Amino acid sequence: MPDATGLELIAHELRESDADSILGTEFHRNRAVLLVSPQQVPAVLEHLHGKGYTFLASLHGVDYYPEEPRLGVLYEMMDMHEVDRISVKARVSTEHPRIPTVTPLFPGADFPEREVYDMFGVVFEGHPDMRRILMPEDFEGFPQRRDFPVGGEPVLFTYNEETGYGKYQ
Amino acid sequence: MEIKRETLDPSDFRVRQLQARDMLRGDLEGEDLQKFVERSVMTTTVEKAVAWSQGNSIYPMTFGLACCAIEMMSIVAARVDIARFGWEAFRASPRQADLLILSGRVSVKMAPVIRRIYDQMLEPKWAISMGACCSSMGVFNNYALVPSDKFMPIDVHVPGCPPRPEALMHGILRLRDKIHGHPPDGWRERYDAVGTEEVLTPEHQRGSEQDAAINVFPGGDTAGA
Repeated sequence: MPDATGLELIAHELRESDADSILGTEFHRNRAVLLVSPQQVPAVLEHLHGKGYTFLASLHGVDYYPEEPRLGVLYEMMDMHEVDRISVKARVSTEHPRIPTVTPLFPGADFPEREVYDMFGVVFEGHPDMRRILMPEDFEGFPQRRDFPVGGEPVLFTYNEETGYGKYQ
Repeated sequence: MEIKRETLDPSDFRVRQLQARDMLRGDLEGEDLQKFVERSVMTTTVEKAVAWSQGNSIYPMTFGLACCAIEMMSIVAARVDIARFGWEAFRASPRQADLLILSGRVSVKMAPVIRRIYDQMLEPKWAISMGACCSSMGVFNNYALVPSDKFMPIDVHVPGCPPRPEALMHGILRLRDKIHGHPPDGWRERYDAVGTEEVLTPEHQRGSEQDAAINVFPGGDTAGA
């Protein structure tokens, strides 16, 4: 992990190339996080790639309901030589969940981006094949969002048929 | 030394053996022949004979879904050996299989595939729903899964998470009883559970067959999920 100072240095470098790219930094429990504006994600990842963080270890989505903007996309970057990690976080709203793809830089981001789209509805602009990957093609809604119903079947057993859903008529 | 001779009982095995020899030689005639035939022939109905053979030569489908499939594999191994009952030939094609064992969770995306496999099987065909996920969705009771009763007919449910091979064996023998014409002794009556066949509340009533096939709730309604 870059320490807090190292994180600030990286953020400073990035602010020099584009003043709007870094919205802030977090250093919590030895974990360095760069808060990035969504449109600047490919440029930031490219910069980190040049600094040795060549491996996109993970790409995943988070729903921060009820915070705004609600959705987050996290890119976990890793330096395989130094065994050093840094996270890049971009926040998008549910009204405008769009973010540029990083597949030209990291071809392995193809399926993770499709999964984030499938589960959270974040559209990755420029992605070669922006379709659902796990849920059926005709599935409606994005199931990992916090306001999506859990779904499932109410299961009735004999011990709870009086207090549960009642006897079947 | 005195030789003692006594007449054998006509139902004695040696007597019958000698009579069979006479019959083959053509020496048995009249009333003796009539008696011999009556003793040798067993009458039954075609249905019973067919059911007997069907129940003793089931070909299950080679088809595993999840962790229950591991338990399912062991029923062909030495400890609980379904070859004893003539069920050992797992068939890799649904056209040759008689039994579909749904061994694991069925996702919404997988359900049409399973339905298609079931439709491709030739009659007569049976299905066993193995494990909690497949019957009541178990610990995965959420948007992604669908219980097997929703999209295909199930003959035997085997509870457990996962069921032991012995439990599946028991389910298989129950299915054999069912094929042989003894319906399993209704557990609903035994547990005073008549009327629990459906779990939908009135506001969840199914609109049509189409609705019943797809596990969709009205928007926002997740009561009890």
